[in-house]
Amino acid sequence: MEPLPRWADMVLTPLISVLLAFAISALVILAIGENPWEALKVMVAGALGSSYGWGFTLYYATNFVFTGLAVSVAYHAGLFNIGGEGQAVLGGLGVALACLFIPWPHWSLALIGAGAAGALFGAAWALIPAILQARRGSHIVITTIMFNFIAAALLNHMLVNVLRPTGSMDPATRAFPPATHLPTLSQMAAGLGLDWGRHTPANVSLFVAVLACVLVWLLIWRTRLGYEIRAFGKSEPAALYAGISPTRITVLAMLISGGLAGLMAVNNVMGEAERLVLNAVEGAGFIGIAVALMGRNHPLGVALAALLFGFLYQGGGTLALFTQIPRELITVIQALVILFTGALDNMVRMPLARLFALHRKRGA
Amino acid sequence: MDFGTVLQIMDSALRLMTPLLLACLAGLWSERAGVFDIGLEGKMLMAAFTAASVAAVTGNAWLGLAAGIAGSLAMSVVHGVASITFRGNQLISGVAINFLASGLTVLLGQRIFQLGGRTPSLTGEARFHAIHLPFAQELRGVPVVGPVYAELVSGHTILVYVAVLCVPLTWWVLYRTRFGLRLRAVGENPASVDTAGVSVQRLRYAAVMICGVLCGLAGTYLATALSAGFVREMTAGRGYIALAALIFAKWRPWHALLATFLFGLMEAVANRFPSIEIGPLTVPSMFVNALPYILTVIILAGFVGRATPPRAGGEPYVKER
Repeated sequence: MEPLPRWADMVLTPLISVLLAFAISALVILAIGENPWEALKVMVAGALGSSYGWGFTLYYATNFVFTGLAVSVAYHAGLFNIGGEGQAVLGGLGVALACLFIPWPHWSLALIGAGAAGALFGAAWALIPAILQARRGSHIVITTIMFNFIAAALLNHMLVNVLRPTGSMDPATRAFPPATHLPTLSQMAAGLGLDWGRHTPANVSLFVAVLACVLVWLLIWRTRLGYEIRAFGKSEPAALYAGISPTRITVLAMLISGGLAGLMAVNNVMGEAERLVLNAVEGAGFIGIAVALMGRNHPLGVALAALLFGFLYQGGGTLALFTQIPRELITVIQALVILFTGALDNMVRMPLARLFALHRKRGA
Repeated sequence: MDFGTVLQIMDSALRLMTPLLLACLAGLWSERAGVFDIGLEGKMLMAAFTAASVAAVTGNAWLGLAAGIAGSLAMSVVHGVASITFRGNQLISGVAINFLASGLTVLLGQRIFQLGGRTPSLTGEARFHAIHLPFAQELRGVPVVGPVYAELVSGHTILVYVAVLCVPLTWWVLYRTRFGLRLRAVGENPASVDTAGVSVQRLRYAAVMICGVLCGLAGTYLATALSAGFVREMTAGRGYIALAALIFAKWRPWHALLATFLFGLMEAVANRFPSIEIGPLTVPSMFVNALPYILTVIILAGFVGRATPPRAGGEPYVKER
């Protein structure tokens, strides 16, 4: 069978898959006795109907850009990194330590320093599974899942026994010093004389996320390393034959992947909470899988998918507030998006390919 | 530590081993036929939910068991369609199933029972209760053998015995029947099975369905025997640990029994001694809780011998490539 045209492969298939996932989600909402159309209206109003909603939608989208990019860089190397959650947890720890123990003179320096610390911690957390995969052949999917659990236990230990201020019952660090507080988008808008998104967590990290998208695009399609990563991901024997070291690519791809997941902490830990709390990541690492699959592992696709999931996340929160539909609806939608765009890809692709072949025959 | 304490820990290890063993055997069936299954966790979770819900509504543990198996099978059908019929990525399909179960159980649970995702506590006939084997009390006086029989062998729910019996059963079917031979061949070299005129797809579906039944048993055990009801995320990573045990066992049934018992034992010890003191050092409880996961990584690193998975594992079969 002839392959699909490129635009159909990159845009049409994921679009149809996502629509299918949403159709099934609507059925799920019907099944629990709610009206999907009303639910959608509540979600749109809550997430996009005001600058307040947008402030949250953009904040969540920023998280998902980082974790989505993390999954896609590993995916280009043929590695399935499910450990974004744990790597983001460790990134939070790195950012917290940098913010608490280094006297930063200005937020911009703190952003660079703490971001580097977060990326470093995230990358370190991805390093062991990468080495085990490359050297011992232990399956990266299972080791990264295990590292998620170990990261949760480690963070719990650090917050309860080490970083918790004396006298506090709350398992969290003390608040970061004011010099490390990042400007929020609403403050920046106010600087321009605009009243936009007051009391929302979207912050300057959004621009870091956009920058990360550009850099990942440059890395994957415009550098030698990116070429090696893609070659290795397409065919390991061919890459080996071309003199590309599997160990080096596995380790480097996972370090970049873990670093991106860890970098997410500048948004949720430094930008929003301004201290490290338990469950700071809130499943963003896992949503990264759906975002990467839906975005076809392309930074532009990842950014768009992250925006969609940001909308779903904020809209889902509004739903839980105003209707009887719990937040877990988002987990179901996320699962369906992963299923249809990732695993049931051929279900859409096969009939589409047939359709295009038919069309071509008629044209000829 | 006296003999009584050791017996108690072993007893508890046996209970904690059961869901791991069932899930591990489930994974063994699926992966021996060449279908990777990361979704054991989700299937168990779904089974735990459907079993606890039906048991709570009907007050009958056996109906709960049937519902548990049905819930898990529904997830198996999704996995089969995605990874066998549409030749999708088996890992991604498994991940999707885990999230689907995680979300759906809470969504439906909240809708039906309004208890924040839990089911009501199960009592009486809605739960599986311990079976006391004959002569357990009479033989208690016999030294060593008596207490072992009374404490360790007797006094478990029927599902524990079923789980242990599944080990020889799995071994016999896989290694002594024609079906088992073909199933293993499908996991190693599907083209040869196809050449012999046997349907690869049908065999793989059979394996995935058997996997679903076993996960159904595991989930039902969690919700109606080990605990008294469903709580959100109650599988707590057991599906992944079962996968690690499967690799540790090198995809062999008897070794699976040993591997899962080891994990059960570790969990039992961690429950009994929340923090371990070695000389002046106190190992924090978080570390003890993370121990099964750390051990899994060490096992996966192959420090206990190299494991070779079924050769065609994870690859969809395309006729006439």
